Amino acid sequence: MNVRPALLIASLVAATSLTPAMAADLSIGLKSEPTSMDPQFHNLATNAQVLENIFEGLTKQDAVQRLQPGLASKWEASDDTTWRFTLRDGVKFQNGSPLTARDVIYTLCRVPLVQNSPSPFTIYTGAISDVTAEGDDVVVVKTASANPLLPTDMASLPIVSADALGAEKTVTYKPDGKCKGMGDVPQSPAFNSPDIAVGTGPYKLDSFVRGSKLVLTKFDGYWGEAPAWDTVTMRPISSAGPRVAALLSGDVDMIESPPIQDIPRIEGAGFKIIDALSNRIIYLHLYQQDEKAPSITGTNGKNPLLDKRVREAISLSINRKAIVDRIMGGYAKAAGELLPPPMFGTNGREPDGYDPEKAKQLLAEAGYPDGFGITLGTPNDRYINDEKVAQAIAQMLTRIGIKTKVDAVTASQFFSRRNKLEFPIYLAGWGASTGEMSSPLKSLVATYDKETGMGPTNAGRYSNPAMDKILTEAMSTIDDTKREDLLKKAEQMVLDDYGIIPLHYEQTVWAMKKGLSYEPRVDQYTIAAEVKPASE
Amino acid sequence: MIVYLVRRLGQSLVAIAAMAVLVFVGVYAIGNPVDILINPESTQAQIAATMQRLGLDRPLWEQFGIFVWNALHGDLGISFVYGRPAMQIILERLPATMELALVALVLSVSIGIPLGVLAGLKPNSIGGRSIMAGSILGFSLPNFWQGMLLILIFAVLLGWLPAGGRGETVEVLGIRVSFLTLDGLKHLILPAMNLALFKMSLVIRLARANTREVCLQDYVKYARAKGLSSRRIVLVHILKNILIPVVTIIGLELGSMVAFAIVTETVFAWPGMGKLLIDSINLLDRPVIVAYLMLTVLIIVTINLVVDVIYSLLDPRVRLSEVDA
Amino acid sequence: MSDEAAMGLSEKAEPPVKQPAEAKRAPALESPAMRIAREFCEDRLAVLGLVLFLAIAAIAILAPWITPQNPYDLAQLDIMDGGLPPGSESFATGGTYWLGTDEQGRDMLSAIAYGLRISLLVATVSLAFAIAIGVAAGTTAAYLGGKVDTLIMRVVDLQLSFPSILIALILLALFGRGIDKVIIALIIVQWAYYARTVRSSAIVETRKDYIDAARCLALSHRRIMFRHLLPNCVPPLIVVGTVQIAQAIALEATLSFLGVGVPITEPSLGLLIANGYDYLLSGRYWVSIFPGIALVATIIAINLVGDRLRDVLNPRLQT
Repeated sequence: MNVRPALLIASLVAATSLTPAMAADLSIGLKSEPTSMDPQFHNLATNAQVLENIFEGLTKQDAVQRLQPGLASKWEASDDTTWRFTLRDGVKFQNGSPLTARDVIYTLCRVPLVQNSPSPFTIYTGAISDVTAEGDDVVVVKTASANPLLPTDMASLPIVSADALGAEKTVTYKPDGKCKGMGDVPQSPAFNSPDIAVGTGPYKLDSFVRGSKLVLTKFDGYWGEAPAWDTVTMRPISSAGPRVAALLSGDVDMIESPPIQDIPRIEGAGFKIIDALSNRIIYLHLYQQDEKAPSITGTNGKNPLLDKRVREAISLSINRKAIVDRIMGGYAKAAGELLPPPMFGTNGREPDGYDPEKAKQLLAEAGYPDGFGITLGTPNDRYINDEKVAQAIAQMLTRIGIKTKVDAVTASQFFSRRNKLEFPIYLAGWGASTGEMSSPLKSLVATYDKETGMGPTNAGRYSNPAMDKILTEAMSTIDDTKREDLLKKAEQMVLDDYGIIPLHYEQTVWAMKKGLSYEPRVDQYTIAAEVKPASE
Repeated sequence: MIVYLVRRLGQSLVAIAAMAVLVFVGVYAIGNPVDILINPESTQAQIAATMQRLGLDRPLWEQFGIFVWNALHGDLGISFVYGRPAMQIILERLPATMELALVALVLSVSIGIPLGVLAGLKPNSIGGRSIMAGSILGFSLPNFWQGMLLILIFAVLLGWLPAGGRGETVEVLGIRVSFLTLDGLKHLILPAMNLALFKMSLVIRLARANTREVCLQDYVKYARAKGLSSRRIVLVHILKNILIPVVTIIGLELGSMVAFAIVTETVFAWPGMGKLLIDSINLLDRPVIVAYLMLTVLIIVTINLVVDVIYSLLDPRVRLSEVDA
Repeated sequence: MSDEAAMGLSEKAEPPVKQPAEAKRAPALESPAMRIAREFCEDRLAVLGLVLFLAIAAIAILAPWITPQNPYDLAQLDIMDGGLPPGSESFATGGTYWLGTDEQGRDMLSAIAYGLRISLLVATVSLAFAIAIGVAAGTTAAYLGGKVDTLIMRVVDLQLSFPSILIALILLALFGRGIDKVIIALIIVQWAYYARTVRSSAIVETRKDYIDAARCLALSHRRIMFRHLLPNCVPPLIVVGTVQIAQAIALEATLSFLGVGVPITEPSLGLLIANGYDYLLSGRYWVSIFPGIALVATIIAINLVGDRLRDVLNPRLQT
């Protein structure tokens, strides 16, 4: 922030004379900063959690990822491929212009026009064939095929202001970035200016100094509950130690993800710890494509992971409770599913028990009484204590005879190597952004298929055609009850087959001053607008 | 002199080009940035489309050709992560690093020279010996560990100074600096000390050695004999004579300060270029990595060149063509 | 640059003036080795450093036989013993962890001994190769002179003008983690120092009459280089070598700390420290502090020895 002493004093005097109460300011220490202020540039949690203060979607997910009305007050499916969204009354953008259907159409039109995006938002708009307005406050969205998750997707797609971005009077939707009336579309760097980064959210962009801080100020014309803070400052402090120190020394009021081992110290210093189960499952994936598994020794060229008994043995050899207690400091929950129950599509399956004896027996039955050698791949900077968990698992597998080496690399290398199928077994995590079961099933265990876009993250190449069929059916079923039943069935099939091995659900932790409250979110987001002064 | 300069510049260009090729090919070999940048819910087709948009689907030689062509036109590419010109992103971070390096440099000289002179004047006193012992400690403590200890002692145990970050900044001539605000200064002390300690030990040793050498010169002996106060001898004769070599070495060290700032910035979460480099390596943001290296190489080469030239002007005995011998 | 300057101390910083007094005191019949040993022992701090270094080296070499646990053998670790403070008893085996354990149940005492092993291994192997390459390049340049000399020294100069940490960091970021890769990176950043040192001492020698004489006798190039030139380069090499080996240990630790060094399952001291860094604020100080002390003790010991060696082996006195 620029500090001009004279101005500062003047404003201080003004502030004290007009409002005797203390200015309500909030500062938060974040793990990383957004890569851009353009809400359509980088589809990434780091960006979304910050930009949700400024921009809002038609729908939104509450703390447990249930879908709630956002800028649309209601929506309905008029048939399998048509959705009608009714816009909320009286919503104004931060530049004063009212929200209309034109803004929504402009938003959907701009998505494919954003240049250089490393993770485009087209994953939400690709299936949209047409968008039309009925008057100023009804938007009709048509999709190429039935998509029950369209309203959920809309929660991740923040609405930008057509006026602020220089659109023409009428914007007409055409797929694949061929819309009419878009004017000169501003690109991402332009969003550093508060005149371009205009949303409908409770806070406005004030300034963004990369690597240092991002300042938001209250938007007085917000349609919802009045924002609690005059200014919100977000500081990126990527190293955990300094982040904790910043909280302890009062530099910031709240931090996300304090290291688990520091929690007793933080609590001891009089701070509040809030934690909640997240939707992120940490799992092991096993190479099941064919006999040619990489980095497996002592099996005469066979791939033992193709044998269900071996996969079960691996699951039984893992002492999930010890990992949760010792490595995760209690801030995790042993997992038996791909999403923590009772989220949409879960079965309530218990985590596998720790039974090394039975595991050895299963290995022997499968023809590996002396075990074999394997390499466990893991990132070392992506999930909470990831490489430490991997080492503990290597310990446990070694105990039942599967001599395990850990290959821990930085996330970028890990993902590239994983996608090239270089690991016979790897540890990774999945957070279901939709908050329901089709997300992990579709990405992690559905048969890998470039044509249909199924199984993109299935780098173990597990394949179960019967499950694929049920999942595909679920994904085009609009009826919620029917869809949930199908998803439950599909998940059960995978888990019974030990196609993937759930380890634990991450627990997300926030630490803050006593005077604050935050409703912990399953999606692990830290949303400043949802931080409130504590009621006591 | 001109011949020397031209040759020197030519060499530097070769170095920069070699670095660019190595890094370009190397980063390409490590992995695909889209694998980590893209939303994991994306389908294979969307991943392919994104790679195409970033130009990552082309063969390596073609990507390299485009890079070289653009680089020759002064464009080092657009960051994969930030979607903005790589050079612009680095230049935003440059002031933070330069401020840190310069403050560290000033610290190491202003503390190192007096200590070194002291140790040189009284080499066998307890003071002189402990200064030397301290300097051995100073360059034996690895940078990162020393930084951790500083945090542990001053931030965690004593709670006097913040553990990381840059604090409040003020804009001076369009550049953000932190040494003009109290908060900024507090944030600056630990990292600057951390970066300075190694060089300080170096300066102590240089100053001590030079002091001892100067002390044995005839004019100092003569001055002593003439009965000049030892204060005057130190200030006028010794200090003047050791400044040139010390300042030269330190000038050259500025480049290494910029590089070593990588470690300090990582330990103290200082938002400079070094931190950016580590982040960019982790995200495989090739344009930023390449641009960082080219800029750093440029800085180092320029500093070396300037120091060489100044040195040759100051000391006519040195002929530039022989500097490398 | 800093390495260069640190080493440069040996050439630029120390005034040769004060040395003759000591040198003259040496009895005429004493062999050079004895003289060096005697002079070395005159500095008690240096002797302390040498003893400390020998002790550390012994621990590193003997680690597999003297430590209670093999920290690289996952079957010997028990996660239930994780995070115990120094002096705790093991739940699994009943033994005592004198320096505590890390979160994997790794005995810190054993881990430090094995970590020393890795750190010293990396440093000495890279030292050996770097010296070999440096000596070959340096003597070739000095002996052949002309274009070859210019070319080799250009490369050396160019490399020395870049900070070694930057070069090593980039190389390892490209190579990936691994002990072998760290060694390669260290060789690449170190060889130039030796090349320069050897060349400058060798050049002095080549100008002497006996080399001319040898050339006149038509002795083979190789023979002249190895029998006559090289022995004269040894003292400065030892001096530079001790400085460099300390630098190499510190550099390896730094690289591992930055996450591009050795793999997590075979931690060097640097990686142990980095690993413990996460626990520094939480009061589990032992995971980071003890390996740090071991690392610093090693480097100080080497530097003390090197400092003294530089005085007694001062290259200018040998010529």
